Amino acid sequence: MRSWRRSNLPFSKPPITRCNILISQNYPILHVVVPLIAAPLMVLLRHGGFAWLLAAVASWSSLAVSAALLAEVAGGGVISYAIGSWAPPWGIEYRIDSVNAFLLVLVSLIASVVVIYCRESVEAEVAPEQHYLFYTMYVLCLAGLLGIAATGDGFNLFVFLEISSLSSYVLIALGRDRRALVASYQYLIMGTIGATFIVIGVGLLFLMTGTLNLADMAARLREVTDTRPILAALAFLTVGISLKLALFPLHLWLPNAYAYAPSAVTAFLAATATKVSLYVLLRFYYSVFGESAVFIAHPTSDILLVLSLAAMFIASTVAIFQDNIKRLFAYSSVAQIGYITLGVSFDSLTGLTAAIVHLFNHALTKGAIFLLLGGIALRLGAVRFQDIGGIARVMPLTSFGIVLAGLSLIGVPGTVGFVSKWYLVLAAIESGAWWLALLIVLSSLLAVIYVWRFVEAAYFQVPSASVSRLREAPLSMLVPAWLMVAACLYFGLDASLTLSGASQAAAELLPGSR
Amino acid sequence: MASLLAHPGLILIAGAFLLVWLRGGARSAVALAAPMAAVVLAWNVPEGVAVQAHFLDFELALFATDKLSRLFAIIFALMAFGGALFALNQKSPLELPAALLYAGAAIGVAFAGDLVTVFVFWELMAIGSALVVWSAGRTAYAASLRYMMIHLLGGVLLMAGIAGHVAEFGSIAFERMTLDSPSHWLILAGFLINAGAPPLSAWLPDAYPEASWSGTVFLSAFTTKTAVYVLLRGFPGTELLVYVGLFMIFYGIVYALLENDMRRILAYSIVNQVGFMVTGVGIGTEMALNGAAAHAFTHIIYKALLLMSAGSVLLMTGRRKCTDLGGLFQSMPLTAACGIIGALSISSFPLTSGFVSKSMISQAAVDLNLFYVWIALAAASAGVFLHAGIKFPWFVFFQKDSGLRPPEPPLNMRVAMIFFSVLCIGLGVAPGALYELLPYAVDYVPYTGAHVVAQLQLLLFSGLAFFVMLDYLRRTLTITLDVDWLYRRLGPAVCGVAARALARMFAALASAAPARIMDIVSALRRHHGPEGVLARTWPTGSMALWVMVLLLVYLLLYYL
Repeated sequence: MRSWRRSNLPFSKPPITRCNILISQNYPILHVVVPLIAAPLMVLLRHGGFAWLLAAVASWSSLAVSAALLAEVAGGGVISYAIGSWAPPWGIEYRIDSVNAFLLVLVSLIASVVVIYCRESVEAEVAPEQHYLFYTMYVLCLAGLLGIAATGDGFNLFVFLEISSLSSYVLIALGRDRRALVASYQYLIMGTIGATFIVIGVGLLFLMTGTLNLADMAARLREVTDTRPILAALAFLTVGISLKLALFPLHLWLPNAYAYAPSAVTAFLAATATKVSLYVLLRFYYSVFGESAVFIAHPTSDILLVLSLAAMFIASTVAIFQDNIKRLFAYSSVAQIGYITLGVSFDSLTGLTAAIVHLFNHALTKGAIFLLLGGIALRLGAVRFQDIGGIARVMPLTSFGIVLAGLSLIGVPGTVGFVSKWYLVLAAIESGAWWLALLIVLSSLLAVIYVWRFVEAAYFQVPSASVSRLREAPLSMLVPAWLMVAACLYFGLDASLTLSGASQAAAELLPGSR
Repeated sequence: MASLLAHPGLILIAGAFLLVWLRGGARSAVALAAPMAAVVLAWNVPEGVAVQAHFLDFELALFATDKLSRLFAIIFALMAFGGALFALNQKSPLELPAALLYAGAAIGVAFAGDLVTVFVFWELMAIGSALVVWSAGRTAYAASLRYMMIHLLGGVLLMAGIAGHVAEFGSIAFERMTLDSPSHWLILAGFLINAGAPPLSAWLPDAYPEASWSGTVFLSAFTTKTAVYVLLRGFPGTELLVYVGLFMIFYGIVYALLENDMRRILAYSIVNQVGFMVTGVGIGTEMALNGAAAHAFTHIIYKALLLMSAGSVLLMTGRRKCTDLGGLFQSMPLTAACGIIGALSISSFPLTSGFVSKSMISQAAVDLNLFYVWIALAAASAGVFLHAGIKFPWFVFFQKDSGLRPPEPPLNMRVAMIFFSVLCIGLGVAPGALYELLPYAVDYVPYTGAHVVAQLQLLLFSGLAFFVMLDYLRRTLTITLDVDWLYRRLGPAVCGVAARALARMFAALASAAPARIMDIVSALRRHHGPEGVLARTWPTGSMALWVMVLLLVYLLLYYL
């Protein structure tokens, strides 16, 4: 890993190694440990309300810790934490740099917002005796996602991946719709295949380098680059991670999983799970294998480019024809993930910045949309187009929020979507691909159509009798959702915070072009 | 930032949002006060950059003024006022706010000192104008969607172009551009789509006549003239624009002559008139640019006046086709008189506003010895008189007696028409005030003996031609095909044919191929319903198959 190498250079700042007993110095692990401990407590107490409180406390404290970590590494530093004081590369190391600190904050932020929302949404959508189970799985999933982001150890990464995946299978299966079971089952099969591929990849790397510590691995890999097992490892990891991040055509598990999961789960997973997988991809590509091994020696860029374009256009087109609005926006997620991987495929500083900033921006946008749709699901019981006609008259705040977030999906100036798209287009033009810049902006016309379908149904149809009886969603659901919508607008107008975070992370990953 | 409060466009946009919540007298007061305030502010705005803001890596010049932007801001604000006055008794609650938003965004473009601000207001304008079309109700719905898509396409081209411009030159300042890089071609394409230039001119006559009787009045003013403004600023003297403009001029004339719907006639005539302006921008001398700017100014007024009289007729009779109308001068003398003043102005009749502006463009062609351009412009002037100057008033207000005796429209509409008629005549009689506002110094005298006589001859003979050929021009109930047929009818038809062909192909494959492939194909066909093959839930096995395929592809490519 580059930062690891840098720390061995005589004049550079060594990583701060920690094995102290002060709480503040255990931050790099604390945000994972707190939810991890909360989970068994909930199972022991078997009480829904208490479990919710515990989940909320765990999420918020994770957020506080993550924010403190981000502040600490913001200047470009790296925190290395040795678990149990076993020095890396022998023990498990947690490494926080500006790349994953950014992600830690994103994940815990979304979790903290969604957990408030959960109270009422879960009450309505999950059987009461399963509430404690729901929150157990919620914090486990959170712990897993945070662990993936924080760890600097290949096998530990796999373990956390499994924790987060297994808990998310359960979360999806808790959905009211019976199809949730099938969706969860399919996700389980696909997720397990993905995880297996990842562990095969890590295993092959271990075989060739004799280490599981990612930074150490990176240093040793340079001696064995371009050997067959390493290439196989790269292929296995790429496909495995692509499956987890739902890169076209490996996205097939995603639409149903998102459509039939409980609303809060959809919002949480859509905003975090695929984003963390994307981080894993970036970590392996840039920090472990190195840019030259992945992008220069092999046509990874081209494959990624083609798949991203396919995702952008095909998934968006499919989204247009959906009847279930949750499924529509799930397909839109696949398309938006295409934008992120497109940014990665440019293999340039601007491209990576675009990818990382869109990762953040899309998490906000989609989080907001799914939270608001949850409000409709709560009141109406369904989110199909034929049911929601004229809903804007009875749920004006919810509908308007979806429209605003939809504008962000399209990339209208003043929303976060525009910032992402702008940098993507810049990256495309920088790489000399004019046609690509045009395709990027043209694809947003597809988003216009599917967002318009919602506007048309919600605003231009006469409400049916069942719709006109509805009330606006409860405040405890509206406030978190609108927080996200407001963030979509705020970071769209003042992007300095997200952009500086993203460009620093990109520079961290791509040292040559700093 | 305080001077942002003095931005006429933002005043209008704020007024638009206020209007949504108001009813009754307060609504009327705000609807008139906001544009009035905008006129005063635009008139008094000092030159220079008043407001800057930071966005992404750029310094935006949100509020930058020079003579050109001031000219357009004044006429846009004036138009918003006249339009609002005319539309006060419009029942649709959405239309007036949307129209003010639309006008405010157009003024925003006029005051934008950088390309990003242009883009933001450009998109806002598209949204505002589409809302104006929508507010006409269900009949306008499909047209408004087509309108929206075309404008978003234009916005998309513009955004790609601006991004390219930034990547190439590192500056977002909105300055003169030359067609030497793809980014500038894209920007030009984005601008031209809004101008109603070929090959996508059809959005204009497709959507504008679908708006309500008052909505079309607003629509006629802003989108195309904003495009003229950005062309004036960005691409003056680009030769290509001469030909684009000439094409638009004749396209407008031909289709307007064939048309039966009175507001579609006037919509085609917008394309025609904007063609004059685009030609002026293409010629690019100071005289031509002045002429294009002045023509935009006067055209907004007389086209609005024409559409107001057509809108009054539509409101009072509920009919829009020339074949259903006629003889209305008997019961609507004021509307007829105002329509005729508008018609004379558009035909550049001496003592009307069109005469003092359009002739500047022809004069610029003469000055540069562009003989064929001049001939074309002269011929087109005759054509304009034919389709808009005589045809519209003749078929609507005179011709046969249709038996309709509608009363004059309500007071506010009459006042609005009188106001704009006075402006038309006033500018024609005393063009000095307009010439003062133009971006370059004017040493042009429109009222020379030769010029007046030549113009009168031209009009007289084309008027004669109209009545001689009246039998051929008499409108029948026909629909004229335009480019929009391609995407309204042909596109879906081709898709349908392609889908059937695909289905046949699958069927053929199924009968010919071995059993295993047949299974796959029939599986595909079984799910080829509305859900589509890519949309349906896949069996877990085939998902896993995809994983293997992708892994193999990666392995193969890495090993090779």
